[in-house]
This record gives sequence, structure tokens and C-alpha cells, in this order.
Amino acid sequence: MIAALLLPPRVVVYEGAGASPLSISDRSGLFAALLDHGYAVTRAGAGTADLLSGEVLIVIGCFDGRPPAVGDASGRCDVTVRDVTGLSVAEIVAVVEVARGERQMNRPPNASAAGGGSVANTAETWKPWFPVIDTARCTNCMQCLSFCLFDVYGVSTEQTLRVENPANCKVNCPACSRVCPEVAIMFPKYHAGPIDGGPVSDADVNREKMKVDISALLGGDIYARLRERSADAKSRFSRERSADAALAERRRCLTKLADAAQIPREVLDALPSPEEIQRRVEAAAARAAAAREAAAAAVAVAPT
Amino acid sequence: MTEPIMPNGPAAPGPGNAAAAAGGVRILYCRCAYAQVVPAAVKDAVLDGLATADRGFEMVPDLCEMAARRDPHLAELARAGGTLRIAACWPRAVKGLFALADAPLGETGVEILNMRTDSAEAVLVGLLTADGEHRGTTETATMTPTEKIATPPTGVGS
Repeated sequence: MIAALLLPPRVVVYEGAGASPLSISDRSGLFAALLDHGYAVTRAGAGTADLLSGEVLIVIGCFDGRPPAVGDASGRCDVTVRDVTGLSVAEIVAVVEVARGERQMNRPPNASAAGGGSVANTAETWKPWFPVIDTARCTNCMQCLSFCLFDVYGVSTEQTLRVENPANCKVNCPACSRVCPEVAIMFPKYHAGPIDGGPVSDADVNREKMKVDISALLGGDIYARLRERSADAKSRFSRERSADAALAERRRCLTKLADAAQIPREVLDALPSPEEIQRRVEAAAARAAAAREAAAAAVAVAPT
Repeated sequence: MTEPIMPNGPAAPGPGNAAAAAGGVRILYCRCAYAQVVPAAVKDAVLDGLATADRGFEMVPDLCEMAARRDPHLAELARAGGTLRIAACWPRAVKGLFALADAPLGETGVEILNMRTDSAEAVLVGLLTADGEHRGTTETATMTPTEKIATPPTGVGS
């Protein structure tokens, strides 16, 4: 989940009139350190100054001990200016961290702390993992919306597919991309193409058209399969009176599913009860059907 | 958008004078800080090259994270006019991320350089070369899907 939805502070590195160039030799090292702590950074100059927006701007520069008093005339932005004359990269990062105060931000998991340590994976970190739609390929068939149990997908007012709740997506699970017949679902953090957004070849498209999708791999609807397996497991449990055996069977089945669809084990382990799955599947299918019908109706009434 | 916040206003001299001559080119660099899918050597070298260039530019920790928050800055960049050059990853993914953030990139005036597959040198040439000159395997927003398939970057794994 996204720990903080607030906009992170933007650091503006200023070296124009009224300031000296940064005295540090490792200018790119400073940029990298700030970025790796989750800050957006602007090196001020033409092409940037008219876009300096955000809730919080932290302006750093070498002002020879006399940082100017500046502010946002519109009052919509909190501007802080800090003099970093003579400071090292780590010291500048520390200055920015202090200027940030208690404002929350989503931290990159491997950020180097100002003191040389590392920021541990905490509730403040979230890997941005979610599907991205290639609208040039998507046909709005809504199969992904029907498939996803976590309400990641929604429908726009134009009745087109939309990634509505990216933070609901299960990190490292690319399963919905496997059900897309048009290879239109990308996960930019995935390790390989075309799911990572790389070129889609004819072979990729043909593979989908040959029904090598998750349904075919599993011999039917994945959730129906899960329900069947769950029912089987319950039956065996009552028959054998062995919780261990039931658990082992469940794990065996889930491993098979995970391998086929590249679904992380923890995602399958976190699936809700069969009854809840059924409810969610029906709700998603109804939304998808409604969107398809609305889109068809819109096409029918559209002037030719 | 805010009012000018710089000591002498946004047109103050400093890094960026060359950019003005380049015809309204904006540069956006994505660090991909929340995952390790862009080679560290490439993204570090590109950042180093930008840092030593005499011009202003924007840096973001991670376009994916910004898109998930639907950060309004993406919309500002998409609508700013001029040419926007983005150093990030696959163009198809970058365009999708901007669209997800309700900030669709225009059909023209956008050049996306792929640090996932291209060399730092090629990316820097694409970012810093004056308009109208060749920029390595830069993919512009005007290319069609067919063109993308026909001219994949070399050395692309799958």
C-alpha cells in the first residue's frame, strides 16, 4: 500500500543570481542521494522555473550565509530556503531532511541515509507495482477487470478501462497481464518483455490468440478452480480429520497455480474465503458487463 | 502553478542559458529509485552527464510512484509545450504512466529515451543534442506501434 499520498517535497537546487555555484565536487552524487531518498529535484534554470509547483519546496543554494527571504505569492506553496555553503553531500541531505520535518513521504526501499546507513523497509515504503494500460492496444474487453479480485481496475466515465486503485495491486503479481488477449497490460517494474513495456512482437500476439492464457493453462476459470480445490480440501479434511493433510494439499494446488500464472505465493495465501471470492468475481463480472454494454450502446447511438 | 520563488525570478541567469537557445526543451530524468530495473551504471552516468551540463532539468525519484499518486506535476510537464525529453525506460510504459496519471503525452514534442536498453552515451546525446539532430534510439510519441515492432532496440532481452 502507499504509505503516504501526500506529494513529497521538491528540492530546488539554485545556482543563479544571488548564489554561488555549489561548492561540492560531486554534484550528481547530491542529486542521486536526494532522489534515492524520495525527493523530486529541480536544477533551476530555463525550462524548469515556470513549473516549480508542489506543496513544499525546499530551495538549497550557496548564499554565503544569507539565504534570501522568498515565498509563493499565491500562498499555495510552502517555500523553505537553506544555505548549504561548504556542506558535504551527506550534510546537505541531512539539512533537507530536517527542513522536511514531519511530512510523510513514500521512501525508496534502498535509500542511503544521510549518515551512510540505509532506510529499512518500513510502512513508509511501497514498491510502485501496478498495471499500466497500453491504450493503443487495449480493446476494453474488460477481462482484466473481471479477473482482478482486488478492485485495481475500474471504468472511466467514457466506459473505458482504467487503473483505478493502483495501490491495491499485489506487489510482484503480473497475473492480470496473462489474461489480456491483446498484450496491453504492462508492469514497468517487471523483469522482462513485453510485460515490462518492451516491444510486442507478432509472436506475443499470436500466443495470446492461441489461448495460451491463464484460463487455458488451468483448464478453466481460475476462481472456479480455486473454489473446487477449496471444496475438495474441505471434503478431505472432514474425511481424514487431518489439518496437516488439508494444508499440504492446499499448498500443492496453490503452487501449481502460482507456477502457471507467475502469481506470488503470498498473494494466493492471502486470497479471501471461497465465498468472498465468489462475491467479488460476480461483482467484477457485473461491472465489466455493464461497461461493455454501455460502450456498445454509445457506439450504436454515435453519428456515423 | 506557483508564482516565481527564485531570488531574482525564474529568468535569473545560471544553468539553463543554453537551454533557452535550444528552443524550449525540457528534460525529465527518472531515477527508478523504487526498483532495480534500470542498470545503475547507466542511470548514474546519465545523471552525471546532466549534472555537468549547463542547463536546468527536472529529476524525479520514480515515474511509477508519481503516476500512482497521480502527481499533478506530470500533467504540468505534459502540457507545458515545447519539447519534453524523458530519460526513463520503455516508451510504451512511460506513455502509459502519464496516461494513468491523467496527464497524457502529446502526439508530438515528446522524446523518450530508454535507459533500460540504451547506453548512457546514447541517452545523453538524445537529451542534450540540439533539436533536429539524430538522437540514438530515441522513440518519439509520433511513432506508430508498427514502427515500434519493426525497429526494436538492439540487445533487448525478453
